[in-house]
Amino acid sequence: MSDRTIPSRRVFLGGLACLTLGWRAAAAQGFAGLGRDAAGFAAVTPGRPLLFPADHGAHPDYRIEWWYLTANLTDAQGAACGVQWTLFRQAMRPGPQQDGWDNPQIWMGHAAVTRADTHRYTETFARGGIGQAGVDANPFHAWIDAWQMASPLGDEPMRLSPLQLKASGPDFDYTLRLEASKPLMLEGDNGYSVKSERGQASYYYSQPNFTASGAITIDDKHADVSGLAWLDHEWSSQPLAADQAGWDWFALHLATGEKLMLFQLRQTQGKSRGKPAVAGNWLGRDGRSTALAPEGITMTPMATTDIANRAIPTRWRIAIPGRGFEIESSPLNPQSWMGTSFPYWEGPIHFDGTHKGVGYLEMTGY
Amino acid sequence: MRALWSLAVLLSHWRRHPAQLATLLIGLISATALWSGVQALNQQARNAYDQAAALFGGARTAMLVAQRGDVIPQRMFVDLRRAGWPVSPILEGRIRIDGHSVRLIGIEPVTLPAKAGAIPAIGRATLQSFLAPPGLALLAPETASELHAVDGAALRSDDGTSLPPLKSRPQLAPGVIVVDIGQAQRILRQPNEISRLLVGDVKGKHLPLATVAGDALRLVAPNAETDLERLTDSFHLNLTAFGLLSFLVGLFIVNSAIGLAFEQRLPTIRTLRACGISARLLSGTLLAELVLLALVSGLIGLICGYLIASALLPNVAISLRGLYGADIPGQLTLRPEWWAAGLAMSVLGAAAAAALGLLRVARLPVLAAAQPSAWRQAQQRRLTLQGAAAVVLFCVAAGLLRFGESLISGFAVLAALMLGAALALPVLLGFVLALGERTSRRPVVEWVWADARQQLSGLSLALMALLLALSVNIGVGTMVETFSKTFTTWLDGRLTADIYVRPIDAGQAHTIESWLRKRPDVKAILPGARADVRIAGQPVEVLGLADDDAYRARWPLLQSSANAWNEVRKGSGVLISEQLARRLKLGLGDRVIIPAPAGDWPAVIVGFYADYGNPKGQLGVDINVLKARFPKMTQSRFGLRVAPEQVAPLIEAMRSAFYLDSSRLSDQSTLKAESTRIFNRTFAVTAALNTFTLGVAGIALLTSLLTLSASRLPQLAPLWAIGLTRRRLAVLELFKTLSIALITALLAIPLGLVVAWCLIAVVNVRSFGWRLPFHVFPQSLIELLGVAMLAALLAMLAPAIRLWRMQPARLLRIFADER
Amino acid sequence: MLKVQNLTKTYRSTQEHVAVLRGVNLTVAAGERVALIGESGSGKSTLLHLIAGLDHADAGDIWLQDARMTGLPDAGRAALRCNLLGIVFQQFNLIPSLTIADNLAFQARIAGRHDPHWHDELVDRLQLGNLLTRYPEQLSGGQQQKVAVGRALAARPPLLLADEPTGNLDENTADQVLGLTRDLVARTGCAFLMVTHSLRLAATLDREVRLSAGSIS
Repeated sequence: MSDRTIPSRRVFLGGLACLTLGWRAAAAQGFAGLGRDAAGFAAVTPGRPLLFPADHGAHPDYRIEWWYLTANLTDAQGAACGVQWTLFRQAMRPGPQQDGWDNPQIWMGHAAVTRADTHRYTETFARGGIGQAGVDANPFHAWIDAWQMASPLGDEPMRLSPLQLKASGPDFDYTLRLEASKPLMLEGDNGYSVKSERGQASYYYSQPNFTASGAITIDDKHADVSGLAWLDHEWSSQPLAADQAGWDWFALHLATGEKLMLFQLRQTQGKSRGKPAVAGNWLGRDGRSTALAPEGITMTPMATTDIANRAIPTRWRIAIPGRGFEIESSPLNPQSWMGTSFPYWEGPIHFDGTHKGVGYLEMTGY
Repeated sequence: MRALWSLAVLLSHWRRHPAQLATLLIGLISATALWSGVQALNQQARNAYDQAAALFGGARTAMLVAQRGDVIPQRMFVDLRRAGWPVSPILEGRIRIDGHSVRLIGIEPVTLPAKAGAIPAIGRATLQSFLAPPGLALLAPETASELHAVDGAALRSDDGTSLPPLKSRPQLAPGVIVVDIGQAQRILRQPNEISRLLVGDVKGKHLPLATVAGDALRLVAPNAETDLERLTDSFHLNLTAFGLLSFLVGLFIVNSAIGLAFEQRLPTIRTLRACGISARLLSGTLLAELVLLALVSGLIGLICGYLIASALLPNVAISLRGLYGADIPGQLTLRPEWWAAGLAMSVLGAAAAAALGLLRVARLPVLAAAQPSAWRQAQQRRLTLQGAAAVVLFCVAAGLLRFGESLISGFAVLAALMLGAALALPVLLGFVLALGERTSRRPVVEWVWADARQQLSGLSLALMALLLALSVNIGVGTMVETFSKTFTTWLDGRLTADIYVRPIDAGQAHTIESWLRKRPDVKAILPGARADVRIAGQPVEVLGLADDDAYRARWPLLQSSANAWNEVRKGSGVLISEQLARRLKLGLGDRVIIPAPAGDWPAVIVGFYADYGNPKGQLGVDINVLKARFPKMTQSRFGLRVAPEQVAPLIEAMRSAFYLDSSRLSDQSTLKAESTRIFNRTFAVTAALNTFTLGVAGIALLTSLLTLSASRLPQLAPLWAIGLTRRRLAVLELFKTLSIALITALLAIPLGLVVAWCLIAVVNVRSFGWRLPFHVFPQSLIELLGVAMLAALLAMLAPAIRLWRMQPARLLRIFADER
Repeated sequence: MLKVQNLTKTYRSTQEHVAVLRGVNLTVAAGERVALIGESGSGKSTLLHLIAGLDHADAGDIWLQDARMTGLPDAGRAALRCNLLGIVFQQFNLIPSLTIADNLAFQARIAGRHDPHWHDELVDRLQLGNLLTRYPEQLSGGQQQKVAVGRALAARPPLLLADEPTGNLDENTADQVLGLTRDLVARTGCAFLMVTHSLRLAATLDREVRLSAGSIS
């Protein structure tokens, strides 16, 4: 299992990193200090079963946590668009979870809509303990300010369905209804997801099977939309190795109904320097998730886009010969840059080759 | 090349006339110094207000404030956020540390809008320690040193609450401590309460305010004038007006010096023209010379201005803090704009003072027409014009007085009045001297009068400066004395109790009260309470008065309707402070509606009272009615009536029983002394500027006499030749100048009294809202007259002595050189 | 060198118009020394001032070498004065705040033609050696006028104008000053036009021109 790390994306984002440090400082320190000792926080241990609906809610004893939804949609004219809704939580320190301003939690929300010709995003922050942001398990209700992802009338816990999703920014807003007929998918070993041979791990489950319908508004232009959506919920106390610089993460809805998640973690030092750690999970039509062998995956950047003085690889070739899978992905909008306090690239993609489909790409640490 | 040589030729004049150069420079330097000194003070204060405003987003950020009362429940913050409002909470209050009163501001950095100053003083790296216990208390370095504390120290407030460890941040406004809102709620003992909400850029759709908050909150638009700015405006306007006055007095000197220099250089200028310098080049050269001189003296003036400002700053800081609670740092910091503006002011002032001269050079015919009688005619015409201008200015003053309402128009009345008087002065003096000439019998005396009249045009500017300086001195002096006289009497009436107690919270108030009730030495407990509301957008204090004979007997009512106190007791009547009544234009019998948490409270005005020194408007109501209308009032205070010999022991007993510091427990005499001290400081600044102005006027007189004395020789030499001794001549000169100065000073007295009346009845009313009874203080008038004569004597002494000691040969030369 | 054609000048006051010059024609050749004589009020000084460009003519032309003085704006006339003329007035018109040395040199300096050798020679010839650091007020009238003559010639102008240069001097001093002036004019080779009412002094120059009733007779 050398260098075998179970996928964990967006780990860095779930925290104060966005508030306290610029990206360069963060990179030097292994993503904003998240490589540091996790003493005092609850540890992620194998064999803990995930219990629903309780585990849909917040886990304040763990350092970081996020609820992350991406949707690949089309409007009535058939034009593609994407929606992102994210709620991050980070505990500034371990200890009791008192109400009021002494509460140690910081919450952060990101929301974005992407079309071929525009990408709109915004962020917001909140302190815990006062009710400005939070996540209740049953009925499921995640909110920050006026944004929310919730099932006001109750949901089916094992499917986490149906959900109402809404967010708004200065120049956009959206409302989506999400429904899934298939159950949740536990990542890693029944939701225990190892991040490196040094013991980093997280609890991680997904609902990749949502169908979505609703409306987005950009600059007061309204459009009815529908499509597919993917939700992740992950929490941990120290999920990243100190030498991991950033990653490229794919969530792909195959036209066949199968789902594929892939990512590579780029190393800054150590014996595997320069050779990224690659991993992936294949979700069959039967609902079975299979971890892919890292050596059987190649991810090759094909073209870069210059954004904010960085060269971001926005076209990729992905080959998994063992599955007869070879595709090339293109972004819906190469400028899907999240210029938030901690900037990254996140946007809808489509792909062609042995398989066709749509998905989301996230790239950090450039 | 040609320009440089002609500049050199022009400048050579000053080498031969150093006294004239000194006059010019002194005029420019003092004008620039006084003006820029005042500007430095204003700028310093405004910077501090800006910093303070930036800190809590007062001026730059829209705010939501409570419609009634002064706190908002914290729940409202969350409700607004959940409704899409990008708001951030602030809790603010005052605490005392080691006897210093400090403003404590609690912020919520995570939601603080970026434009509210982007967490101005918290480095991103310190955010975590700011938020996490024990937190951080951020403050300006000068505040830290004032509190004798260093970074990392954990202070305690005087009521025993501990503060987070200190961290100094130079960007912060002085007198302010910034902590996390949670810490602020703990220290101020206001859990789950906030003072106001800053509104950031709207990030998306949000519900209407009324849907979320009903009518509990009020939106204050960004860039609305803050209360602090509004309250302090009049103070700064006062300073600016005096600065401008000094500047103008300085320019009088510059004008006379430059006028003389141009006059003396006319032959040189003609020669230069004849030698092939064009009029345009010559005008340009003169302008360049002027700018050069203005820049040099402007620079020196700025340095002097800095020194003046540094000297005055402590007084200004104390008055601003005492009067308005505004903190300004004690260390002067100057921006580049200040230097640039000061230099520009110097150059523009010099240009304005020299404009006539320059114009004359540009139009000067190369060929001189020697027409001495024309000069006399011109002077006559100028006097007529000046007289006409003076009449026009007096009319303007009268019109402004009648129709103007603003403070600016109040100052404009003063300016028009004084300028008119200055212009009228030579006319008046000429009239007086002509009268003297006609009534005198002895030839020498007759000559003295006639000669004085001839000298008038040369001296008139200096005399005008003297007149202005003297009358302003009389005016301001009268106002200050009137004020302190009125203030002392007023304070006696206002401070009805012998001991004042301000308990920390309602619980302690209750404990103290029951403790006091058991003591036989307490003759009466006068409960008091105060609520802050807004009426017509203005901050207004509603003061609860106990129903006690002491108030009825001594409260400084200026005017009241019959049965006023009974109406107040019933709650149907209120007393109103003079300044609030003026601001809201309310009279006896008018209705005022007080927005109270329990619903609007309409009341009829039954009396006015003087409330000197309070920048806020005030309403006096019955304490029990107030408590009923404002049930959640947190602050509570009371006065005690005690026999004089019991005051000190009772205070000692309370201090040890309840650990109350001097901000919460003080006796009448201490309060009185403190109030008087603050007021004296306020006027100390005005008085200092006054003295400077008088000094400048003295210098103007001196320099005018010095420059004149040289040109006086042709007039004096014939008298010497017909047998008057030099000593006699010198005495005559002295006598003559002193009598002109005396006439001027005498004329300044009525003018000064008019100025005083303007200040008391117009400017004071418009800037502070109160009117004082007008008193004249003859002793100070005589003193000032003495000072003026002394200044004139000193100014005259040097030229007179020079005349006395003059070599006969020099007088002889007058005849030899006469062409 | 100098050519005046049909020059007219009328002074207007509210009461009357006085025609001072009525079509004056005058030519002065290079190096020629001409005395302009006439009664008081005959317009001699006015003519000289017009030639010097200190005043406007109503009609007619003045040519200095190839330059037409009439019609030029103030700056142009000033430049001509500076480059082509030296002027000596009855009132000396020295600059009181400059030393004698500086007074002597400054017109040449303004014209950009200061020549230290010529300056020294002028000092020498005018016998100003021991007065150089003094100021004009410390000098006698004759001494002052010598400085004025020196100043006018310091830039070696092609034409020297003098308006009653000896009017304020006693006869001996006048002769001495005029003698020195003639010498210097000869030394520099410039033309010389002098207004005088003294026939005796006029006779010492090459030619006399009489102005009467506003025209040259």
